[in-house]
Amino acid sequence: MRLALRETMIGFRRAPMLSVLSITTIAFSLFAFGLFSLVAVNIRKTLGEVESRVEIRAFLADGTPVEVVSAAMGDIGAFPEVSRVEYVSPDSALARARAELGEFKDVFESAFLPASIDIRMREGHRDPETLKTIAGRIKSFEFVDDVRYGEDWVDKLYRIRNVATAAGLVLGLAFAAVAVIIIGATIRMAVMARAREISIMRLVGATDAFIRRPFLIDGFLKGILGGLLALGLTWFASQVISHNFIQTAFFSRGLASLGLLGGAMIGVVGSSLSVGRHLRKV
Amino acid sequence: MIRFQHVYKEYPRSGLVLQDVSLFVGKGEFIFLTGPSGAGKSSLLKLIYMEELPTKGDVWVSGVRSKGVKRKEVAKLRRKLGVVFQDFRLLEDRTAEANVAFALEVIDAPRSAIQPKVARALAQVGLAAKGTSMPREMSGGEQQRVAIARALVNDPFVLVADEPTGNLDERATRGVFQLLRDINASGTAVVMATHNLELVRRSGYRTIEINRGQVVFDSGDGDRAKKVEVLA
Repeated sequence: MRLALRETMIGFRRAPMLSVLSITTIAFSLFAFGLFSLVAVNIRKTLGEVESRVEIRAFLADGTPVEVVSAAMGDIGAFPEVSRVEYVSPDSALARARAELGEFKDVFESAFLPASIDIRMREGHRDPETLKTIAGRIKSFEFVDDVRYGEDWVDKLYRIRNVATAAGLVLGLAFAAVAVIIIGATIRMAVMARAREISIMRLVGATDAFIRRPFLIDGFLKGILGGLLALGLTWFASQVISHNFIQTAFFSRGLASLGLLGGAMIGVVGSSLSVGRHLRKV
Repeated sequence: MIRFQHVYKEYPRSGLVLQDVSLFVGKGEFIFLTGPSGAGKSSLLKLIYMEELPTKGDVWVSGVRSKGVKRKEVAKLRRKLGVVFQDFRLLEDRTAEANVAFALEVIDAPRSAIQPKVARALAQVGLAAKGTSMPREMSGGEQQRVAIARALVNDPFVLVADEPTGNLDERATRGVFQLLRDINASGTAVVMATHNLELVRRSGYRTIEINRGQVVFDSGDGDRAKKVEVLA
């Protein structure tokens, strides 16, 4: 391992420009991918925020006794799909409507709005199908007059979400593939630059595994350095967008680490493939 | 030790470069391989260190058979034989010592053993004082000696030399040749391809001449090859 590290360093020192070029190429390929991921993360976050507001509102019949309502709320709260159940009295409903409608607030009068139970769904259970099922179950309570959950709106939201996910996946894969190809070509150049050394190593009896080692370390280091640079560039871009256009969320620490690890893996796999291909030829 | 049995080598572009070559190299022999350019000398040497494998026929080198040989076995075999070329093939950015040590390092030799072995190999080729010199600071003859030291450092049973004096002046040629004789005298077999007929004539060593891929002359005991055929 010590020798492999030394050989890696010799490679860096001997062709510093090539190494810098490799790292920059890796960085910019990952930067393009990072920018795309940033857009995807933000779209997802926004959709998530909208989605978290999805709720079922069950309007109660006039004169429903309080004990019945609380018993029903207990039952509904026990549904595994439900995260929160809240009772909204006619007065609170009026206050809420007034707050939401601003200048038209005077058109409402107290008796106009019925009491309701607002039901929030757990994450992962806010899809149209589940909402429909739960709404149906709630409607079956005798004292429930009507159930609303913005069916059309939820359908549209889910369609947008699915399109965004599919487009994200396809574009993400395309960006990742381009990054892998570019990085692979860059590493291939590094392998070619050391072809003489490889031939001498083979001549004096080095095994393929031994010859691969410094290149794998080389690919790993370049991947990590390129990944760090890409992460820095993406962070800078997100700051510029946040300050000048729209508030942008950055990657979570876990996602950023995953990106770095991805860069390192691309480096290692790219190196392994390039050296492997070279070794098969010589 | 080295045995060729009805060996054919064909390349997709250049066609048949070796045809029905059968020969035997015994322990500690010194053999010259001669013939015009393109006759197949280098191809024959490549078959010895298994850089190439025969298209037909079999090559045995120190118990390793070419048929179905694995890359790992080839790597192990090369630790037991030394190879030198006309163009030296040294690492230009490393000292003579580092070039020789490289051959030990890449086979994971124990660190404590490397320094004494390198010093001994450099002394053997007469370059004890030049260990810290870079290849570009050395003459062609000296560079070839470094290459020979690198080939010798693992105590090979055979030294395969492909035109080792091809790039050297007469004096350096004499020096390198004398070095190869000394190496042979200490028990290592030498198979050397050369164009230098003067060298061949003066030495009196066994000479194998190749032309158009075939062995056309073998000054050694012809019975050897026949013997191999009988054994096979």
